[in-house]
Amino acid sequence: MQRIGVFVCHCGTNIAATVDVARVVEAAAKEPGVVHAEDYQYMCSEAGQLKIREAIKEKNLTGIVVCSCSPRMHENTFRQAAERAGINPYMVEIANIREHCSWIHKDIEEATEKAVILARAAIAKVTLNAPLQSGTSRVVKRALVIGGGIAGIQTALDIADAGYEVDIVEKTPSIGGRMSQLDKTFPTLDCSACILTPKMVEAAAHEKITIYTYSEVEKVSGFVGDFQVDIRKKARSVDMSKCTGCGVCQEKCPSKKTPNEFNRGLNTRSAIYTPFAQAIPNVPVIDRENCIKFKTGKCGVCSKVCQAGAIDYEQKDEIVTQNYGAIVVATGFDTIKLDKFDEYSYSTSPDVITSLELERIMNAAGPTKGHLERMSDHKPPKSMVFIQCVGSRCADKRGKSYCSKICCMYTAKHAMLIRDKYPGVEVTVFYIDVRTPGKNFDEFYRRAVEEYGVNYIKGQVGKVAEKGDKLLVQGVDLIDNKRILMETDMVVLATAIEPNPDVRKIATMLTASIDTNNFLTESHAKLRPVESPTAGIFLSGVCQGPKDIPETVAQAGAAAVKVVGLLAKDHLVTNPCVAKSDELLCNGCSSCEKVCPYGAISYEEREVNDHGIRETRRVANVNSALCQGCGACTVACPSGAMDLQGFSNRQILAEVDAICK
Amino acid sequence: MVYSYYPGCTLKNKAQDLDRYARMSAEALGFTLEEIEEWQCCGAVYPQASDEIATKLSAVRALNDAKEKDRDLVTLCSACHHVIKRVNDDMKNVEDIRTRANNYLKLNTPYEGETKVLHFLEVLRDRIGFDAVKEKVVNPLTGRKIGAYYGCLLLRPSGVMAFDDPENPTIIEDFIRAIGAEPVVYPYRNECCGGYISLKEKALAGNLVDQVMDSAADKGAGELITACPLCLYNLKNSGTSKKLPVHYITELLAEALGLIMESKTPQQATGHQACSSASCGGFDPCGSRQMDMPACPLGSLPAGIKEVGKGA
Amino acid sequence: MHRTEQEQAELIKEISGVNTKKCMKCGKCSASCPAYEEMDIRPHQFVSYVQNADVKALLESKSIWKCLSCFACVERCPRDVKPAKLIEAVRLMVIRERGGNYLTPGEVPELLDEELPQQLLASAFRKYSK
Repeated sequence: MQRIGVFVCHCGTNIAATVDVARVVEAAAKEPGVVHAEDYQYMCSEAGQLKIREAIKEKNLTGIVVCSCSPRMHENTFRQAAERAGINPYMVEIANIREHCSWIHKDIEEATEKAVILARAAIAKVTLNAPLQSGTSRVVKRALVIGGGIAGIQTALDIADAGYEVDIVEKTPSIGGRMSQLDKTFPTLDCSACILTPKMVEAAAHEKITIYTYSEVEKVSGFVGDFQVDIRKKARSVDMSKCTGCGVCQEKCPSKKTPNEFNRGLNTRSAIYTPFAQAIPNVPVIDRENCIKFKTGKCGVCSKVCQAGAIDYEQKDEIVTQNYGAIVVATGFDTIKLDKFDEYSYSTSPDVITSLELERIMNAAGPTKGHLERMSDHKPPKSMVFIQCVGSRCADKRGKSYCSKICCMYTAKHAMLIRDKYPGVEVTVFYIDVRTPGKNFDEFYRRAVEEYGVNYIKGQVGKVAEKGDKLLVQGVDLIDNKRILMETDMVVLATAIEPNPDVRKIATMLTASIDTNNFLTESHAKLRPVESPTAGIFLSGVCQGPKDIPETVAQAGAAAVKVVGLLAKDHLVTNPCVAKSDELLCNGCSSCEKVCPYGAISYEEREVNDHGIRETRRVANVNSALCQGCGACTVACPSGAMDLQGFSNRQILAEVDAICK
Repeated sequence: MVYSYYPGCTLKNKAQDLDRYARMSAEALGFTLEEIEEWQCCGAVYPQASDEIATKLSAVRALNDAKEKDRDLVTLCSACHHVIKRVNDDMKNVEDIRTRANNYLKLNTPYEGETKVLHFLEVLRDRIGFDAVKEKVVNPLTGRKIGAYYGCLLLRPSGVMAFDDPENPTIIEDFIRAIGAEPVVYPYRNECCGGYISLKEKALAGNLVDQVMDSAADKGAGELITACPLCLYNLKNSGTSKKLPVHYITELLAEALGLIMESKTPQQATGHQACSSASCGGFDPCGSRQMDMPACPLGSLPAGIKEVGKGA
Repeated sequence: MHRTEQEQAELIKEISGVNTKKCMKCGKCSASCPAYEEMDIRPHQFVSYVQNADVKALLESKSIWKCLSCFACVERCPRDVKPAKLIEAVRLMVIRERGGNYLTPGEVPELLDEELPQQLLASAFRKYSK
């Protein structure tokens, strides 16, 4: 027979203001098996825990129920307290009478009644609890970073500097990401490449870092501490060990009509290409879809001109399989498609561009070699209009519900740089709000207005229409309550950003949760901002939410620290609340195997002794290291053989009975 | 293939060409437009207020007529199309309007938005296919640079109309290509010409028409086409800028299909052979509905106009 | 029946189905409006006037006769507010009152011309009169 103690927490007034704590104690004391019940102002405090420990010893308790906050908060605290007093930590149950009761009810009578019921259910459950033993699992001392932009690079560097091996998997032919496309960075206006490339070089040279470019994560299995990952290294068609990066192949390649992704399609590139001059590795790839050799079998110019003999048309994709203790997602962002915003004539006019396209135009290595010019006639503009919040802060399906966060600042940057370099160009910014929270950010924006004479107009633009070789911008000035009809030469759209679309696929592989906007969800918005709710998965950069470079770098470092904290452990304690199959009841139907999201269930032929009859049966076997205790198998099992330890069917039904009593 | 067809008031009178050429072209393309019986004026304006039910009923009658014949309902006039499609959407999706409208109508079976409403252009695009139209063209309008004028009613609100991209539509451009001409894309093709207010706000309507005309001319259009009699009237009669000729879509279709010789000059096209105020005895209220139709759902409107007619 | 401005504002919101609180005051409705210059109270102001129960000014506004019902504001509003529906609701509030009609049959003969399509009269009476 169990001897149960019940401890009811006031949580200051959080619980006690709405729940009559004394009545909960009184009711709990009358439940069968309960030999001790008391309340205290803060059960989680040292003094509160002491009360629990003392009661366990004095009353010889075998199980305890703590009526308090969510188990997400203090289940561990109370389990440790129980363990110190000598009982198995899994003999502790939490009745959540705060989040599930006092915080959501106003009426004291009703709330008290509900708290009593919740306590009763927990008592019924703990009566059937059995001591459980945690196992341990290994920690592979190696981390994987998915995405080779500034977020991924910084995370990898920080992990590597702590002494652990890191692999970066980057989809494109080079690391560098969005930051490598930018011209200058706010609010200090330093050259993006100048501050990024040293980090790229450092990552490439670091003895602990391995970089897989032109590669994608294909399969992930395993669990925290021991993930197994297949990485597909796409065929580059160029032998990395032979290529000297001389660039002759790109010059001579006769297929030069492919839109240049790095320059956002503003110009074209050859079929064999490196995305940009400082690419790492400085080894080109052949884009097989646009290569004449691959399309027609004829050509082979690159192979002929390559002195190093590095061109390899026969190269095949390669799968690298590697184990990792932790995985960091740093997949970054893209700008949204603008096909639903044609009131701004983006599809019809080459002189309406996105801000990222303007970055390439302003960049010395860009399609115009850094000269500010219109894409239609290559003439320098005399006037430019910037439109903010294109696709951001939209309640409808056309755009995104959130603020993209970086646009106000980069627009101020663009406006300022243009006014500085081309003082003759009139610059107008149409804004809804100017949002500049950040160190020296508002000062930066004010400089654009006050020192550089950028004209800020409050009011979203309604339409941009081509008129002759000009663009007619139709808007309003909400402060003056006046119509604005302004002819201009170029329009720049501050296009909303969204997580890289590939992140959905990656999140599915990692069983990492994702929100309605495809941003990866953090474990706790405030207290666990770089951890995914899936153990061992960490978040770095814009894949978690819009952020600028300094925030990204800070978060990248934070994610690295969390990874290092995990990799520093010799082993991990596993959760004993895993599924277990009763071989005598199992009918070998495979239902559980099919529903298991973790691949933890396999079937084996096993000799069983069923009431004296010995026979070989096909039965389910749970790998307790892989099982995450989700319970899907227990629901799927038609014969009742599968049960979740710590949450057995009997325990759940006992709770239900207690609630319905 | 037979479609139920709702011509609407203006196609029976001032816009007879739009109607006639549509029917001729339909036959040539292998489908028939069968006019529904005893249709009533759609009201010309979609009643946006949630407490207006009676003004939606005539559209529901037309929709129900098509439903009973198990046919899709085809319209041509932009205003009719707008009103009928939106009322249909209400009947399908707004429970309050559906219940109240059915309470009024007392149909054998309640109407719940079952009918599919198609614009004539949608029939060409989605049912016949512009490629098939192109094959039937015997007199391609080669060399003509035509601007599509969409106006507002066909495109917006796009969620309900689901006609085309509301900011960068392509259906009429594709149609222009199918009849062998060259489409001219210009930015004001989806901006309102102010037709609705052209009766009392001449200056505003004029400004808006000028904007459309200037924009089309700027991009090199030699003529405009529209599906809307109100737009056609307004584009021709309002504004001060240099006018491009304006035709109905069906007129050029009939011409390309070899059913008529050539589209009329702007002067001829505006006149039509329909009633002058003299031959109608002032404004003929019957113009807004079929001649044999016993009642008009507009209530006080025709009554008021009749008085005027008598006085004139 | 006499209503306070607050009650009138509630009625406008009810028959238009517009939730004025969704507005983020970006002004894109007014920026899109082809009749903006003719209006004394602008589309974005309709939203805040109704929100602030400033109905009297709206009832006296000439803007309600200038709105084209072209739905450019509805289509382009990033917050799905539908200002055109508010303007129509105010217009209805005016013409539903005795003497509120903006167009009377007596005016029609003068306005007619040979080409005028029937639908223009039908729509004008729909919009301007009860």
